Amino acid sequence: MSKLNRNSNGYIFGYAILLTLVCGTLLAFVSEGLKEKQKAAILVEKQKFILRAGLGATSLNGLTDPMITELYNQVVKVETINSKGESVEADEAKLSIFKEYKKPAAERTLPVYVVGKKDNPSEVESFVLPTYGNGLWDNIWAYVAIDGDAETIEGIVFDHKGETPGLGARITDAEIQERFVGKKLAYEASSINAPDFQKGEGNNFDNEPQKVDGMSGATITGTGVNAMLDAYMTLYQPYLVTKKK
Amino acid sequence: MSTEVIEKVEVKKETEALFSKKRKSLVSNPMDSDNPITIQVLGICSALAVTIALQGTLIMAFAVMFVVMMANVVISALRNTIPNRIRIIVQLVVVATLVATVDQTLRAFAYEQSKALSVFVGLIITNCIVMGRLEAFAMGNKPWDSLLDGFGNSLGYAWIIIAIAFVRELLGAGKLLGFQVLDKAWYTANGFFATPAAACIILGVIIWILRARSGYVED
Repeated sequence: MSKLNRNSNGYIFGYAILLTLVCGTLLAFVSEGLKEKQKAAILVEKQKFILRAGLGATSLNGLTDPMITELYNQVVKVETINSKGESVEADEAKLSIFKEYKKPAAERTLPVYVVGKKDNPSEVESFVLPTYGNGLWDNIWAYVAIDGDAETIEGIVFDHKGETPGLGARITDAEIQERFVGKKLAYEASSINAPDFQKGEGNNFDNEPQKVDGMSGATITGTGVNAMLDAYMTLYQPYLVTKKK
Repeated sequence: MSTEVIEKVEVKKETEALFSKKRKSLVSNPMDSDNPITIQVLGICSALAVTIALQGTLIMAFAVMFVVMMANVVISALRNTIPNRIRIIVQLVVVATLVATVDQTLRAFAYEQSKALSVFVGLIITNCIVMGRLEAFAMGNKPWDSLLDGFGNSLGYAWIIIAIAFVRELLGAGKLLGFQVLDKAWYTANGFFATPAAACIILGVIIWILRARSGYVED
């Protein structure tokens, strides 16, 4: 070491290159080694969202990830449909709601998660419909569970990419999501009017199945949610009509 | 910031005890009299951002502890080979590698928490405590001392953010670690504590108490 001039350009370049190589290789191994685990984590999250919407917000309390996957495989049947409500062939595992969202509405392939009852999976508990849209800063999405009569919202789970913490990001709070439970879809000739967040917060809309208490300070996120739900419920309308009793 | 150069004093004397008095102070000083947050006022940004709930804060605290300790050891071990002109870059590359590893690991094993912590795990790279310890300590001291120094400083950071998160989750949501501890029947969650502004105030109070106790004043 003593003969080496540690301030020479050669030494510095060599040092930088060696360090980059070592760190780069290390990171490549870490990333590759954890890839499968990360994919699995994302999949379980989706299963959690679908089950939480379809079976109720507290239905997964105390369940571990493998138990959630097992329950999911037991009660959830996946259908893929087009915007006319016709069944189409598609691999749900590869279907990205985000990519479909970028296509024109009429060309989208939509997954429907038919959730069976916990004690009797062959009987339909709810239809869980994924939706996608824009919030204030970035994309928002939701899994909307419509019960067996295709009219009442049984549960809803929102998620978002970058809404404001404490304001728009509150859509992920169980308390906000509960406000949609029991609200009804209004069928029109070729569209569906989904329940909407109202302006202001703290109002009682118990007897108004189309109105949902809003989030104060998050009007634009709320408007985005309303637009997303209306747009996607309309897309699912031809499918839902066939399930309506 | 104090720059400790302990190594120069001990010129190949008899081997120092693994936990000598001086080494114990490496761990205990940053907890109180030389705390990175309350005295040096470093690492504030993440202290405000990740303290909304205890669980995420604990994970953040462990992540920072891992990164500071490992970075201290690695840089300390390399300290005699690092070219002075690019030492900050070398430190950054080592820290960035460690942080990326932590981030990827969290994504694989604690996905929900890593989503909640979002960019703040990545931002450990820019946490002044990490770079501060590398420059002030690891560049001039042996790996074992550096490990203890990293442990002490990150623990000093950890206990402060955990204390803030405790207050914020308790008053902001009536919960601790996600469990409801204040009954909703009589306690209405105070939304203010869910905002970063509350963290700023709680942090201010903690700094006030600690400095009043130690009598520390800014020069």
